[in-house]
Amino acid sequence: MIEARQLTKTFRDKKRGEIHAAEDVTFRVVPGQIYGLLGANGAGKTTTLRLLATLLRPTRGSATVAGFDVVEHPEKVRAHVGFLAASTALYGRLTAREMIAYFGSLNGMSPAAIRARTEVLSAQLDMGEFLDRRCDKFSTGMKQKTSIARTLVHDPAVMIFDEPTLGLDVMTARSIVRFVRECRDRGKTVIYSTHVMSEVEKLCDTIGIIHQGRLLAEGTLAELRARHGETDMEEIFVKVVGGDPVR
Amino acid sequence: MNWNNIATVYLKELKDSLRDRRTLISTIVIPTLVMPLMFFGMGKVMTSVVTKAREDIPTVAVLGGEDSPGVVRQFRESKRMRVVPTPADWKQAISDKRLRVAVQLPEKFEAQLQAGAAPAVKVFYYEGELKSENGARVLERFLGELREQVVAERLAAHGLPKTAARPFEFRRENVAPPEKVGGNLFGGLVPYLIIILCFTGAMYPAMDLTAGEKERGTMETLLCSPVPRVDIVLGKFLMVLTGSLSAMAFMLLSMGVTVAVGGSLMMGGGMGRAAAAGAAAKSAAAPAASGGGVIPMIDPLGVVGVIAMVLPVAVLFAAAAFTISLFAKSYKEAQSYLGPMIILVIMPGVIGMLPGIDLSAKTALIPILNLSLVCKEMLSGVWHWGYIGLIFGSSSLYAAIALWLAVRMFNREDVLFRA
Repeated sequence: MIEARQLTKTFRDKKRGEIHAAEDVTFRVVPGQIYGLLGANGAGKTTTLRLLATLLRPTRGSATVAGFDVVEHPEKVRAHVGFLAASTALYGRLTAREMIAYFGSLNGMSPAAIRARTEVLSAQLDMGEFLDRRCDKFSTGMKQKTSIARTLVHDPAVMIFDEPTLGLDVMTARSIVRFVRECRDRGKTVIYSTHVMSEVEKLCDTIGIIHQGRLLAEGTLAELRARHGETDMEEIFVKVVGGDPVR
Repeated sequence: MNWNNIATVYLKELKDSLRDRRTLISTIVIPTLVMPLMFFGMGKVMTSVVTKAREDIPTVAVLGGEDSPGVVRQFRESKRMRVVPTPADWKQAISDKRLRVAVQLPEKFEAQLQAGAAPAVKVFYYEGELKSENGARVLERFLGELREQVVAERLAAHGLPKTAARPFEFRRENVAPPEKVGGNLFGGLVPYLIIILCFTGAMYPAMDLTAGEKERGTMETLLCSPVPRVDIVLGKFLMVLTGSLSAMAFMLLSMGVTVAVGGSLMMGGGMGRAAAAGAAAKSAAAPAASGGGVIPMIDPLGVVGVIAMVLPVAVLFAAAAFTISLFAKSYKEAQSYLGPMIILVIMPGVIGMLPGIDLSAKTALIPILNLSLVCKEMLSGVWHWGYIGLIFGSSSLYAAIALWLAVRMFNREDVLFRA
């Protein structure tokens, strides 16, 4: 479960002054649900997700992830979270097996448990062929599979995806989307940020539209369509953020 | 703080660094090669240049002397120099290295000598030019002998013995033990090299483990793990420290091996003496005789002392390099910050090598310079325990502050996610 309450993050910039990257963001995600955070570049998606993953500390407000407060128990939160983003890369000089083992160790797993888990993940993600090869020689698809294995090694209850398909080819992006669905089907709490409308339509149970750090609208796809009198997600998004709808 | 976490991070960084060519070059290859290159390469070149200059028979132009054929003949007959016709532009010829030196005899030089006067002879040379300076030395020795000859003739004319003009002889004799000589000669050089290598050994792992990780996007991946940040800092810091200490260890090891293998080949030359000092430092070998002289050695206990004193400075370097490169967004930016830092590290090291700069309560508090000075003393077998304590204490304090800053820096979001 994820619960964000008036989550606010303000950065101070010498040139631009105060920047409200996230402001009073409130939402709730329950297990077995995919919550889609939809927003343009710079809308505050990454900041919100980094706050939930305790990579950043909120300026104001609070959040609980898997029952732990992000400010009080950041390490416990991270122990229950799998965070996958376009910006979370792999150690190029380690093999996929070493990468998985490293994050297993960091999560306090025993060597035997890591070995067993690596076998399971390798079979699930079809990684056998490249498990013992160095990550810097991987194709994009191999990298994504290894990253997924890294996030799943400690079998977290909460999965946070920050634009995981950014820059990927269609086939790799589809495999990510399939994997996100599988996470939901296994009862995990999933939050997924993107600016790709079609991904939100296909994948998310609840959608939150974020703009300039504020959560402007929230609901299921059907609710949003009914509320804004539009069927196309892009049109709904533009209406919500106050842009000109294309007719 | 959890030591299991720190060990996990450290071991991963160690494995990662051992696969990084740049880190291997700075922590193993360069420290291992620096000594053989200095002693065999530079030493051989220097020895050969100096020997060649000393073997060179200088060309001499005699200015004047038309009225002193006897003296000019003596110049011409000397086998230590070659008198050549005086070029019109003889000063330019010396500058252009076409002529080594020129000697100017005053008018009626011989007549003045016979009259008992003291005419002045001028020697022209080019300062800083090894062969010209050597030519001047040859000329001066020749003129000195000529003067003694004249003195002897004058004394004989007055029926006086030679001792009338040279009533007593004197010579100097060294009382410093060989390790003291070695310490003074090379005590500055060894810590200087250790200081530089400790810093460069820390530099590359520090840049790779901080700015490099930020640039490659693995820092965010690591921060997603449940390990507290202080454990991550300490694990990474220990790796940077390993790089720094490895550089020192490989340099000392290479110094010992270099000397053991080839030191004896070069005992005659200046660098050979340095090599011998290094050999003594490593193996505590007894002074050996070579070429009729005693090879200076460094107190082996001094080397142990140097290693102990370098430890807090290595921590300081590792923490400082870590903190500075953590601030950078990219490897390149980190390089631009740490590159100029080498000058700051070298300067106190060079000052410490200068003669006349000694340990005092003030210099004992100046980081790096204090290490350079105390190492020079320890390698000479001099142990000022008060200063040693003060330097170790102050260096440890600086190191602790630097490490504390590194931990603080690692907890700053604006540094970790600097865009």
